Amino acid sequence: MTNALPGTSPEKLVFPDQSPDTTYQDFLRNNQFCIQHCNECQNFLFYPRLCCPHCSSVDLEWREASGKGTVYAVSIVRQRPEKGGDHNVVLVDLDEGPRLMSRVDGIPNEDVKIGMKVKASISVNTDEDGDTRMVVFREA
Amino acid sequence: MSERSIRGKVAVAGVGETTYYKRGQSPDAEFLLGLKAIVAACDDAGISPKEIDGFCSFADDRNDPSRLSAALGIKEMNLSSMQWGGGGGGAAGVLQNGAAAIAAGYADVVVCYRALAQGQFGRYGQGPQVPYIQGERAFTSPYGLMSPAQMFAMKVVRFMHEHGIKQEALRALSMASYHHAQNNPRAVMNGKPLTEEKYDNSRWIVEPFHLFDCCMENDGAAAILLVSAERAKDIKQKPAYILGAAHGSGYRAAAPVHNSGDYPSSNFSTVAPHLYRQAQITPEDIDVAQIYENFTGGVLMTMIEHGLCKPEEANDFFQLDNLIAQGGKLPLNTSGGNLAECYMHGLGLQIEAIRQLRGQSTNQVKDAKIALAAAGPMVSPVSTIIYGTEDTL
Ligand SMILES: [Zn+2]
Repeated sequence: MTNALPGTSPEKLVFPDQSPDTTYQDFLRNNQFCIQHCNECQNFLFYPRLCCPHCSSVDLEWREASGKGTVYAVSIVRQRPEKGGDHNVVLVDLDEGPRLMSRVDGIPNEDVKIGMKVKASISVNTDEDGDTRMVVFREA
Repeated sequence: MSERSIRGKVAVAGVGETTYYKRGQSPDAEFLLGLKAIVAACDDAGISPKEIDGFCSFADDRNDPSRLSAALGIKEMNLSSMQWGGGGGGAAGVLQNGAAAIAAGYADVVVCYRALAQGQFGRYGQGPQVPYIQGERAFTSPYGLMSPAQMFAMKVVRFMHEHGIKQEALRALSMASYHHAQNNPRAVMNGKPLTEEKYDNSRWIVEPFHLFDCCMENDGAAAILLVSAERAKDIKQKPAYILGAAHGSGYRAAAPVHNSGDYPSSNFSTVAPHLYRQAQITPEDIDVAQIYENFTGGVLMTMIEHGLCKPEEANDFFQLDNLIAQGGKLPLNTSGGNLAECYMHGLGLQIEAIRQLRGQSTNQVKDAKIALAAAGPMVSPVSTIIYGTEDTL
């Protein structure tokens, strides 16, 4: 009896010893924006996963993303200034394939448009709990 | 899918509602609201509450059938069923489950119900307040996406972008609900008409939603009593028959972090074909539609995915004149809907579809014979019922 997933040979069924979410954050702390690549079907994945959503393989490898992408959808969240004010939110299609949520910095919210080419960077927020890092974009 | 169908086998015998209140304003506890709506549905049908032997609800309703049975003096409960899914995606699915149980012979008189007292139990429209984030929210909260309105906004933006649909289409949907509420004394927004100027000048919540694109939050309860077609011959009201019922969603429709393949979708594209096949009708046969407005953009996509309008015709179709009961091409949300009548998680829209077929709406569509009522756009699963009068069987 094997618990292999479809598309995965049993000898490859090795799960990582830490959550892929944690690995993703570890790379960000090292100033690297990394996403997973499936060595079975050659697709890139995001958000971080234990197995490939395309072929169910667990043979996944972390690779540094190009950071290049295109805005797929955008909205402006409207808030009172004391709650942080208005801000944009986007879905970006990375050149490698996966889609991720982010925001576009450096231009007015109204100027962020679907189809805009963007480039990733890592934003550092410091508060009483320490540093948290997240991927943001700028117009390419 | 098989050729088996629920068509004509089950009828709505009665509908019941409490007074609809603004959120937190109910003088009654949620359980009492539920009981009141169920008793009202029984009175409407002319059936004793003691005859109920099946209970169906949705959206994790808190009012347990075992307690309700005891309170109603029911000797024998033969069915208790909960439709999966948060939000209002189950407001038609709940009736589908009840109808299936009657057709299968599990129960004879099934009540489908929803009761909400948000003053008693806390609210929906805000994001959860927790001291830490994990799972999906770890990838959305840092970018300031918390509330349901914010979560659904980009689906609509993308859909409007792909089809060149203008903001005015959303405005027309909002205005249709408010227009109908002005003739409906039960409506929370009765006496509060909406104009184009008022809509345009209202604050943005999250683009493309203005304040008036978002549903209310209310206290109250609603109930619908189902019986077999045979039993329906003896009831007080003109029966509305279920012609088709479907719920579900497509591949990975609920994928986290906005990762679904068919992203700009209300999730009805796989559901609607089953509905029309069962009902043996086409979208052109629909006389009146009641479409769940969590947000107007969801209504837009739902109508298109049910074939009620082609995407390239949306800017022409979604105009107030086309959507009103008084001579519109396809009257929509004729009670005021979730935006302006009451947000009873969409069960009020099902009741309005039934009222239209009985000829009892406060915005009656002339000779309405077939009504479609859809629930919960953009969540998973979503659900829809098509109802018909006896003439349509
Ligand atoms: Zn793969």
